[in-house]
Amino acid sequence: MRYIPNSPDERQEMLKAVGLGSMEELFDSIPQDALLRRPLNTPAALSEIELLARFEALAAQNTAARRPSFLGAGAYSHYAPTIIDHLISRSEFFTAYTPYQPEVSQGTLQAIFEFQTMVCQLTGLEVANASMYDASTSVAEAVLMAERVTRRKRVLVSGALHPEFLHVTETYVKNAGIDLLRADFDQKSGRTVLEGSAALDQTLAAIVVQSPNFFGCVEDLQRLADAAHAVGALLIVAVAESMSFGLLRSPGACGADIVVAEGQSFGVPLSFGGPYVGLFATRDKYARQLPGRLVGVAADREGRRGFVLTLATREQHIRREKATSNICTNEGLIALAATIYLTTMGRRGVQETATHCAQKAAYAARRISELEGYTLPFSAPRFNEFVVRAPVEANGMLRRLAEEHNITGGLALSRYYPERPNDFLVCVTETNRRSEIDALVAGLKEV
Amino acid sequence: MKSTPKATPHVTQNEALIFERSHPGRRGYMLPALDVDETPLDELLPAELRRDDDLEGMPELSEVDAVRHFTRISTWNYHIDLGMYPLGSCTMKYNSRLNERVARIPGFANLHPLAPEEDAQGALEVIYELQQHLAEITGLPGVSLQPAAGAHGEMTGIMMIRAFLDARDGVSEGNRPRRKVMLIPDSAHGTNPASANLSGYTVKTVRSTPEGLTDLDALRELCAGGDVAGLMLTNPNTVGIFERNIKEICRIIHDAGGLVYMDGANMNALVGIARPGDMGVDVIHLNLHKTFSTPHGGGGPGSGPCCCTKELEPFLPVPRVVREGELFRFNYDEPRSIGRVKAFYGNFGMHLRALAYILTHGHDGLREATEAAVLNARYIAQGLADTFDKPFDSPPMHEVVFTDKRQSRKGVHTLDIAKRLIDYGFHPMTIYFPLIVQGAMLIEPTESVGRQELQQFIDAMKSIAREALEEPDTVLNAPHTTRIGRLDEAAAARKPVLRWKPAAEASAA
Amino acid sequence: MANIPDNLHYSKDHEWIRVEGDTGTVGITDHAQNALGDVVYVELPKVGDRFEAHQSFGTVESVKAVSELFTPVSGEVTEINEALHDEPEKVNTDPYGEAWMIRIRLKDAGEVDGLLNAAEYEDFLSKETE
Repeated sequence: MRYIPNSPDERQEMLKAVGLGSMEELFDSIPQDALLRRPLNTPAALSEIELLARFEALAAQNTAARRPSFLGAGAYSHYAPTIIDHLISRSEFFTAYTPYQPEVSQGTLQAIFEFQTMVCQLTGLEVANASMYDASTSVAEAVLMAERVTRRKRVLVSGALHPEFLHVTETYVKNAGIDLLRADFDQKSGRTVLEGSAALDQTLAAIVVQSPNFFGCVEDLQRLADAAHAVGALLIVAVAESMSFGLLRSPGACGADIVVAEGQSFGVPLSFGGPYVGLFATRDKYARQLPGRLVGVAADREGRRGFVLTLATREQHIRREKATSNICTNEGLIALAATIYLTTMGRRGVQETATHCAQKAAYAARRISELEGYTLPFSAPRFNEFVVRAPVEANGMLRRLAEEHNITGGLALSRYYPERPNDFLVCVTETNRRSEIDALVAGLKEV
Repeated sequence: MKSTPKATPHVTQNEALIFERSHPGRRGYMLPALDVDETPLDELLPAELRRDDDLEGMPELSEVDAVRHFTRISTWNYHIDLGMYPLGSCTMKYNSRLNERVARIPGFANLHPLAPEEDAQGALEVIYELQQHLAEITGLPGVSLQPAAGAHGEMTGIMMIRAFLDARDGVSEGNRPRRKVMLIPDSAHGTNPASANLSGYTVKTVRSTPEGLTDLDALRELCAGGDVAGLMLTNPNTVGIFERNIKEICRIIHDAGGLVYMDGANMNALVGIARPGDMGVDVIHLNLHKTFSTPHGGGGPGSGPCCCTKELEPFLPVPRVVREGELFRFNYDEPRSIGRVKAFYGNFGMHLRALAYILTHGHDGLREATEAAVLNARYIAQGLADTFDKPFDSPPMHEVVFTDKRQSRKGVHTLDIAKRLIDYGFHPMTIYFPLIVQGAMLIEPTESVGRQELQQFIDAMKSIAREALEEPDTVLNAPHTTRIGRLDEAAAARKPVLRWKPAAEASAA
Repeated sequence: MANIPDNLHYSKDHEWIRVEGDTGTVGITDHAQNALGDVVYVELPKVGDRFEAHQSFGTVESVKAVSELFTPVSGEVTEINEALHDEPEKVNTDPYGEAWMIRIRLKDAGEVDGLLNAAEYEDFLSKETE
């Protein structure tokens, strides 16, 4: 095996040096009846040439990866500057361990500190952690955190939250004694409705809302924050499309207490759903209730500035079953990718990209709504995603669009909302050229 | 020395924060011109919904600045490609560039998770095939690749145990489990009790014997209460010793009506040699970022697949990837499933790398890697046995624990030894874990270290032991060769500064 | 050797209490702060909270450990030492003075008799360290 430095001969010599006669003797402490007495039934070794051929052939079957696409719904196609992959491919970053030894991990630690700062700047909040697995698990952790902060057990969740974020949250809190209640969304505007909700009382821990929501509608966060705060609850805002931070008022500025977001938009490949990176921010006063790692400033004896993992007593390796979360490994390298993205695009690039997304989506929405039989069911302001109601069943229509026009036109909502057979969700980003949008419009007209 | 004019270290050693390097007007990107008719901004979004802070504070830099910044700070990191990373229980093995290349093939990297199944058959096959191989390696046929990390896999496994027991026994009032106790050895990773807690279990600790093994009498006693839901066991355990009574342990738990969860953090000692499923384990998580060499990335991403018995399979997260003839598809129809633990299907990029690892090794290479890893640990155990206190006599598997007992008499403790190792060019070993061993130094070389480097490590440790006796101050003040010295972690925790602020704002605060 | 003032009562959980009238002032002992190392955070209860003897009323944290604080006697919290929020290091420098943690109104003054005096606590410590 070419990844094992010691040759078979060297290993024999080492065996002798430790006083053993055979490799089998290394495993003498395993009882005979627990040993596997045959070779593993996995394939024989492949050379590099064979391996690449195998994976290239598999990749070729992913025909969707080569098609112009208008899929969003929690994973977005954005431009990723070339330097990101080069920098995160440096051995010093990608083959390093968690920075528990600060003297030999300052590169990772400083980058995470920069990441935490950028997450604060984007979300409009005061403190952010070193990353979570993704947005879906961050929503679940935010709900658990709200319970710790308020010591209340009921949480009102917007019906326009990404359905998969909701499913994950349900799994996490099922055994935590937390009740998830549902807030409807308005059928006309597409926005979350709280009016008349019986859940809004002094026993409520939090309201969870996504903005832009699953249907692409920008929520009135200020109003939702006021409603939550009026009963002593927290407002948790989830952001699936982080590029929207470049254009929309930050959730923190609107009164949100916890903001979680999917950082995949910031230079991270789609990669069939992962690895992505969860952003998690809150107010200073709740810092000790944060899940996950935190990097802070520290000084050495000479007074030189450095960075360390800090407030670690919240975490599982110290507080064990009383920890704020069980998370250990997070998404360090992906957080680094996002940090490099935000550095390269910077203050101007993030805003410009966000504006392009919104402009192109507006153009696409207008063109599609002009087609006979197609309507846009929701009226609320949007960022770069919107729901279209087709004159026919959307799933079959999108299939024909893929096969006959080589376009992935969006996501049929029937996947999550069977009562909406004709609706589909369209996402437009800065990577969709006008010619692609026009081809989509032409295709929709024909199928 | 004093008369030598002090040189100012180059920026490579003094790289500022990215915000401090920022300068208005610098720019590192270019977008194509907007090619659609522009809508006035106010029509697009009313002003009250738009940002009004102009993203103040976000950096403005050229591409050159960005590349230099991240390259410079990267040089302050230790990393596997530089040398041995002897972190016990972390399995820091070589990360193959070939696996990185595979994960970047555009047909995978550009594939949207909500692409129609028929247009993503290659990705589904990757997931399916990896599931098959992990089932064979663990001897546990039910597999889900959804969990994003080890602790996430633990949580998933314990939730499955909870769901299975709830279905079998019913639940108590207020959705409390009928059996409320999860047993965890005192040597366990902290994630174990934290994960058990998330499923509503009360943790009870199982003590270890002086030999470093699970105490069977203590286990029987704890099981006699009749309220045990299960046991979370690491095997080989966290002191690197194989629990030779594993079958008896599983029998005790099963006879008491509970299930056995195995923490797979230490599977690098077992792949191709022995299988948890054959030992009586019901459910296990694997760390693809340990055993299957996906890169640790300075703290992640990981991947923590869950493997289980046929009996537990219906409780695995949805969706499951299944094969129907020549087609692969997602199956959401599993009514007894615990549900989703993550959006989409897990950290697919890690699945690709792990599958590439399994295929490049082949079945014989997988076993060979295990043998080489255990042999390396044994070589270190022998090499340091005369110099450091070894709390357990049993021969170690893939990792070995020593203590600072001999050195602490001179005031040199584990932390100091670890920091001094840095001066010798090695990353420190895992320290103060497991908690049951005072002054623990847990060393795991993995198979990725050659004999010369192992010997250099042994020599370095011996040299430090000598220094601890003869010149303890050298060890106590280590490291001496890094850009910064030991940091005041207490001060950092008392007045935490967790983000950068512009100078004016920071001084006003 | 740990500092153990004569005028205080001690619990086996390493808390001290100074009784004045029906009020007791509670903190942790010099031995306890020494064992903890650099204290970085103290979490205290709210005024008005009631505790039974030997119940946990808060936590004290060093960089890599969390320890629970236990009330030596039963009672209601009448005052907490807010200053420890900003200067937790006082627990290390002045455990019997500036780093007092809570004042409680005693429920049963007789409980104090069940605690250790300085000599008994010193004896307890020397046995514990054996």
